[in-house]
Amino acid sequence: MRHDHVITSKHLSRADVETVLDRAAEIAADPSAVADRHAGALLGLLFFEPSTRTKLSFETAMKRLGGDVVDMGSVESSSVTKGETLADTVRVIEGYTDALVLRHPKEGAATMASEFVDVPLLNAGDGAGQHPTQTLLDLYTIRENAGLDDLTIGIMGDLKYGRTVHSLAYALSNFDTRQHFISPESLQLPREVVYDLHQQQGGRTGIREHQRLEAVLGDLDVLYVTRIQRERFPDESEYRKVAGEYQIDRETLEAASDDLTVMHPLPRVDEIAPEVDDTEYAAYFEQAHNGVPVRMALLDLLLSEDGGGSDE
Amino acid sequence: MSDEGDDRSEHELRVSKIHNGTVIDHINGGQALNVLAILGIDGSQGEEISVGMNVPSDRLARKDIVKVEGRELSQDEVDVLSLIAPDATINIVREYDVVEKHRVERPEVVVGVLSCPNDGCISTGDEPVDSRFEVVDDGVRCSYCGTIVREGIASLIEH
Ligand SMILES: [Zn+2]
Repeated sequence: MRHDHVITSKHLSRADVETVLDRAAEIAADPSAVADRHAGALLGLLFFEPSTRTKLSFETAMKRLGGDVVDMGSVESSSVTKGETLADTVRVIEGYTDALVLRHPKEGAATMASEFVDVPLLNAGDGAGQHPTQTLLDLYTIRENAGLDDLTIGIMGDLKYGRTVHSLAYALSNFDTRQHFISPESLQLPREVVYDLHQQQGGRTGIREHQRLEAVLGDLDVLYVTRIQRERFPDESEYRKVAGEYQIDRETLEAASDDLTVMHPLPRVDEIAPEVDDTEYAAYFEQAHNGVPVRMALLDLLLSEDGGGSDE
Repeated sequence: MSDEGDDRSEHELRVSKIHNGTVIDHINGGQALNVLAILGIDGSQGEEISVGMNVPSDRLARKDIVKVEGRELSQDEVDVLSLIAPDATINIVREYDVVEKHRVERPEVVVGVLSCPNDGCISTGDEPVDSRFEVVDDGVRCSYCGTIVREGIASLIEH
């Protein structure tokens, strides 16, 4: 990887993605081989909004590489951040650590922060923007279950605000994929994202938008489900009516191919019925577990490149 | 031909020729003050500035003209004007003669000129960064949050 920072999946080429996924596969196959690889290295965790799962996954990954973490803690309890600019905070914490993980409510926060630091910075989510490490673990899960070439994927739910969806769509555009986007009209992909995907894919526009899953379910290799949030709707009944059309259970999946892989970034509420969990389709817990080897691979690549500092 | 046109508008404008400086001609009618805002010229430095607005023009139905005495604007400085005045022509004047004449070209990025309309964007807060927009096919795009602006770019000019 030629990158010092991991900010957006838009910057990840196919070769970058493959480098990370290959390394993740090696690590998953033999985790003990890297157990001391980054002993003594410190990862700074800067979470300006809560995300226990992502934070734990990074912490686990760093410790499984033999390293450790320093955690800024929650914004409320932290004195370092009161009234201080993000630019100042990252420059201070950079001095303590070998790499930084940043989650921040403002869009573009990771891009900006990366302009102020020399250690590798990993974006763990910036507002409605990007979440590239989630994307990499999604890609890893897709590759393990269905392969990334000649792939037909359906992405369903809140496509307007769902940052995981945008990140994933950009990254998939590097591969030979057909992407179907299934959502209520009010939660369609932002036009900016559609514009980018068309740009990125050049002439071959493998993007289709639908309002009903039935239209494409039978063609899909992967169905990626995301949550439709209550707060996107003016009232409860409207929410229930719309959200109900984008939930799946065993009955929904009768129309699917036997090889379908169902994914979800978790946590889910009721968009996937629990009865789907023990079917062959379900890959969402495996997907969550994949966050550790994928983040280990990323940290390993970034810290190894950085290590020594003499090979500039 | 174009020189004749310039002479004519010169006459109609009844604005004196400048001695040394820059004449920005063929600005879309009504955009002259935005041009000055983008260039950061507000007269507070004592510059001599003449502005002609909604002058009849051959090329544009109505055009604005801005003349700045004593300052030669560089290509980099004026290219950003292409966002609101794509037909603008730049004349560099020395000793009452036009010594250079060129068009504005679309820059790749504009820094510190426009403010991002997205309230959720990191560049709109208290962080020590200049706004930055990449110029794309049909508008500008914030380098931080990715928001694309196609219309009303003039309303985003930082003052
Ligand atoms: Zn922005």
